[in-house]
Amino acid sequence: MAEYGFWILTLIKIVLLLIVVLTANAYLTWFERKVVAHMQTRMGPHRVGPHGLLQPAADGLKFLFKEDVMPDGVDKLVYMLAPFLALTLSLTSLAVIPFGPKPLPFTFFGHQIDLWITNPNIGLLVLFAITALGVYGIALAGWSSNSKYPLLGGLRSSAQMVSYELTLTLSVVGVVLMANSFSLTEIIKQQDSSKYGLLGWNLFGIHSFTQVIGFLCFFIAAVAETNRVPFDLPEAESELVAGFHTEYSSFKFAMFFIAEYTSMITVSCLTTILFFGGWNSPFPASWGFTLYLPSLLLIPFGLWLVYDGIKYETLFGRLVLPVVGAALAAIGLALILFPGANEFIQAPFWFLSKVFFFLFFYVWVRGTLPRFRYDQLMNIGWKLLLPVSIVNVIITAAVVLLRATP
Amino acid sequence: MSAALLTFFALATLATVGALSLILQRHPIHSALSLIVVMVAIAGLYLLMGAEFVAAVQIIVYGGAIMVLFIFVIMLLNAGVEERTDFSKLAKFGGLPLALALTGLLAAAMVRHGSAIPNPDTPGALASTETLSTLLFTTFVYPFELTSFLILVAIMGALVLAQREKN
Repeated sequence: MAEYGFWILTLIKIVLLLIVVLTANAYLTWFERKVVAHMQTRMGPHRVGPHGLLQPAADGLKFLFKEDVMPDGVDKLVYMLAPFLALTLSLTSLAVIPFGPKPLPFTFFGHQIDLWITNPNIGLLVLFAITALGVYGIALAGWSSNSKYPLLGGLRSSAQMVSYELTLTLSVVGVVLMANSFSLTEIIKQQDSSKYGLLGWNLFGIHSFTQVIGFLCFFIAAVAETNRVPFDLPEAESELVAGFHTEYSSFKFAMFFIAEYTSMITVSCLTTILFFGGWNSPFPASWGFTLYLPSLLLIPFGLWLVYDGIKYETLFGRLVLPVVGAALAAIGLALILFPGANEFIQAPFWFLSKVFFFLFFYVWVRGTLPRFRYDQLMNIGWKLLLPVSIVNVIITAAVVLLRATP
Repeated sequence: MSAALLTFFALATLATVGALSLILQRHPIHSALSLIVVMVAIAGLYLLMGAEFVAAVQIIVYGGAIMVLFIFVIMLLNAGVEERTDFSKLAKFGGLPLALALTGLLAAAMVRHGSAIPNPDTPGALASTETLSTLLFTTFVYPFELTSFLILVAIMGALVLAQREKN
């Protein structure tokens, strides 16, 4: 049994991560619609469930029950393959993301339960390899649809992704130089914040050299890689209807959608790991009270939900919201009462908070910026980001070398 | 049969089937897709040899960048289904013997030096990125720099060819 324990444990972890990520995806669409709506002084979804919280479930069901149309003259195999490729690749990339340093306090048939599915020495390269393959989903979808708009969208996306992949890869070389490793856990460990707090993160880089430029290049290139606003030219609706997924309907369309949102999550995780200290707290270890921040956030939020729920318009909301709020407040209280649990959740708490911030940033950008023109996009990629990231690599290499030889 | 051996045969079969499909497919996109399968399968084989870095680079460079350009060009030119022609004389009479000769040569090399081929237990210089890069910049520095120079020449050639004529 112990021999197979590892496989069973990994399978369980994969299934759990899939459930969590797919649910997170669904609620990311809700979150995005809500935030963009409030930025445009609208309400956003609020009919299905309290505050529209059941909207993702309704959308998901709708996707499943829609007719799956396949246009005439498509290349059937490639047409079917493209959404699967996009979805599986984007989900696979989550396998190498580490969510916390400490294993769970119990074992599974003698196997330690780490907060990651796998932790290869070349974690960063694995992510880049998956990103490199990710373009096929979109390019092939555009080509196989046998339609002019998807083809143009597919062409645009492959050109865009190839252009920005250079910057994406070069901008993290500085981080790799400082950590001396491709392993994501090593990169996080190098940004130790126990002494200087958030100054230890690669963004500020008190341990070696600041990577502000690297971060800016990386994040811009990453937004372009995920085909999000302001780089969403492959699906520019004013020019290309819906770009590469114009001819896709029903669940195949949903698969592209899920793939895009999963890539957003992956990019947010990666930005957190590479430049924002991963699971390291932004405060030095001497500030002991910051350990109680998760509780201090959860309790007021829970109480606010209870207050909001009591006076909510619908009966369903009046029932559900206070219960959820009370549960959250109770969890917050429990964290204060059990210091062990509180200490354990610190790392995942900071990690997920930062990831959440970047997801918000994505939505924020979408609510703020207009789309680039195609020539602007290429100019930014080749004439601005690429030279700047190369200069960043040279400077960082020089600083690392100078620090290594006293 | 060990798990490593099973994985090897699975990947080897995948690579061979992909390569066959690359030749037999009539449509350029399908051929290109088959080639991607071959590249990824070969990356898996590298991984099996303990060469993590080479495996990742194989996928990033060949599976990603280069094949994306292939697909991009095929899409851009909207290349259709290719027509079959009669086999060329060289392929008809020389093909099989030449293929057999190549197979024989490779097999002989493998039988003679088989123990030197890296595997997960003795990955040799391939094990870490550090030793690999040290080798590249010490023992193999001249071939490495020459290759870089060759690529630079190719890039400049492409630039010259792509330049619009000035009137």
